[in-house]
Amino acid sequence: MRDLKKYIDFGFRDFSRAYGDAIEAFFDPLLYFLVWLEKFLINAPWPIILVIIAILAWVGSRSLFVVLGTVGSFLLIGYFGMWTDTMATLAIITVSTLLCIAIGLPIGIFMSRSDRLQSVVTPILDVMQTIPSFVYLIPVVMLLGIGKVPGLIAVCIYALPPIVRLTNLGIRLVDKEVLEAADAFGSSYRQKLFHVQIPLALPNIFAGVNQTIMMALAMVVIASMIGVKGLGVPVLRAVSNQYLALGLLNGLAIVALAIIFDRITQSFGKRLQKHLESEHGV
Amino acid sequence: MESEIKVAIKNLYKIFGKNPAGMISHVQNGISKKELLEKFDSVLALNDVNIEIPAKGIQVIMGLSGSGKSTLIRHVNRLIEPTSGELIVDGKNVLEMGKTELREFRRRTASMVFQRFALLPHHTILENVSYGLTIQNISKNDAAERSQQWIDKVGLNGYEKHFPSQLSGGMQQRVGLARALATDAEILLMDEAFSALDPLIRTEMQDVLLRLQEELHKTILFITHDLDEALRIGDNIAILRDGLVVQKGTSEEIILNPADKYVTDFIKDINRGRVLRVSAIMDRSKLTKGVEIEKNMIIDDALQIISKSGLSKAIVTEDGKPIGSVEIGRMIEAIARPNDNTDETATYH
Repeated sequence: MRDLKKYIDFGFRDFSRAYGDAIEAFFDPLLYFLVWLEKFLINAPWPIILVIIAILAWVGSRSLFVVLGTVGSFLLIGYFGMWTDTMATLAIITVSTLLCIAIGLPIGIFMSRSDRLQSVVTPILDVMQTIPSFVYLIPVVMLLGIGKVPGLIAVCIYALPPIVRLTNLGIRLVDKEVLEAADAFGSSYRQKLFHVQIPLALPNIFAGVNQTIMMALAMVVIASMIGVKGLGVPVLRAVSNQYLALGLLNGLAIVALAIIFDRITQSFGKRLQKHLESEHGV
Repeated sequence: MESEIKVAIKNLYKIFGKNPAGMISHVQNGISKKELLEKFDSVLALNDVNIEIPAKGIQVIMGLSGSGKSTLIRHVNRLIEPTSGELIVDGKNVLEMGKTELREFRRRTASMVFQRFALLPHHTILENVSYGLTIQNISKNDAAERSQQWIDKVGLNGYEKHFPSQLSGGMQQRVGLARALATDAEILLMDEAFSALDPLIRTEMQDVLLRLQEELHKTILFITHDLDEALRIGDNIAILRDGLVVQKGTSEEIILNPADKYVTDFIKDINRGRVLRVSAIMDRSKLTKGVEIEKNMIIDDALQIISKSGLSKAIVTEDGKPIGSVEIGRMIEAIARPNDNTDETATYH
């Protein structure tokens, strides 16, 4: 048993020594983008950022209430001196969500095509969601050290499953008769995917994106343990020094971000389903 | 009506199960559907189906649920692969087509209308109707223009920008019909296309179809479980039971000479006076006096004329010339139900 542990430990150490640099280089573009976004969000004058956020909130939700709530929350965050940390968190959430969509959407699509793939991927997703985050932080840190990229990877491991699951589910739930009709008119696989399956699965896919964002936010504190800047850092400090107020404020800022993201993405998702609202005989 | 054969279904078998090909020999040796299910856990869906569908006619396939009719129609455009058999369209075996050829066949030669409409809920009516054209990479404007004609023809003018969920069932099926017609395919496959509609709308849709057919002359394969519908629109009818064709023929042939008890039960409740024509029961004896009745008139209408005339016989004409005569008693006999149930009265439809 001890030999086995030793074997795994040394084996992985050798692996990370051999390939660590190459893997790090692979993630460089992502790192550049993340750093650029973070710098932009932090360095740009705050009114400009606030206007951009307000516009995005409007485009997403078309609700004045949501826009006002968003602007109000960000003003409060700024007033309590959490602006910089919030922007750093916003940057990593944005990048990790985009990364999760870029990886998760294709996996979900392939999974929906093959029952065998589904039976292989599903348990992996289960592991990703339930294994304590600290456990996979170890190899990630061993491989890439402490910093933004390992943080990003840790967040993605945790936040990826919902988008994969819901893409798979959404496509599988598409009405069989509509698919049959698409076949009967001679659609190619690609046409069926882009004209029928993805559009009809979009509400579910969007619910997946929403969940992914929420889970990424939940990982913010743990990611800060391995060098990710943002709202997690003060929370971590508050825990180790028993600063109740500091922890509470930053915690609430994370909650505010979560609620804002949730409302905006949810109302956007609902708008996608507008065609389903039945208005007989209009 | 003599004309070329557009679609020929030859010795078609379809068995669902683990080893369908191995079951064929059992079926050919006369194993029953029930036995096959019990012994081999396989379902016999189609059993040696042979149907020849003439061009430009409406062929109805009729049967109760589970008779295999929806499975059969899906073989024509190969949404379902047969276990064995041939399917010849325009002299070509559809079953030997490669992937690309089959796709072209579905795009240009055979289009389909579905029982539950199967429209794309996220597309407008116009986009739905032009679906078959857009996937052929026809430019958006051309597709819209061609689709618009069909939208007008099925009477949906003004609804182009609506979504399917905003329309009633009857209107949605008009969209389904327009979508199938828009590709200019010569073969129209209609899988219980009007079965999900309520009776009045169903009749209305049958009228729409018949009216369009007068002008378009498509080869239509129409699936239904409703005998009235079958008799109303079918030039030829094939009755399917447990995957087996029990009778093929025109509506009159089926009504006057039902092949077995199953068919007899089927036709028991229909209004024969609305289906049978005078020509089927007239005799050649010439008559000099009396009202004239065209030979293709249905008996219901002929009875009204003859009873108004006060005579018991009428002259049957073809193209205005007398060719024979018919007697009122013979007419009544023909529309009376053939079996000897005592409580039979007129049936209403």
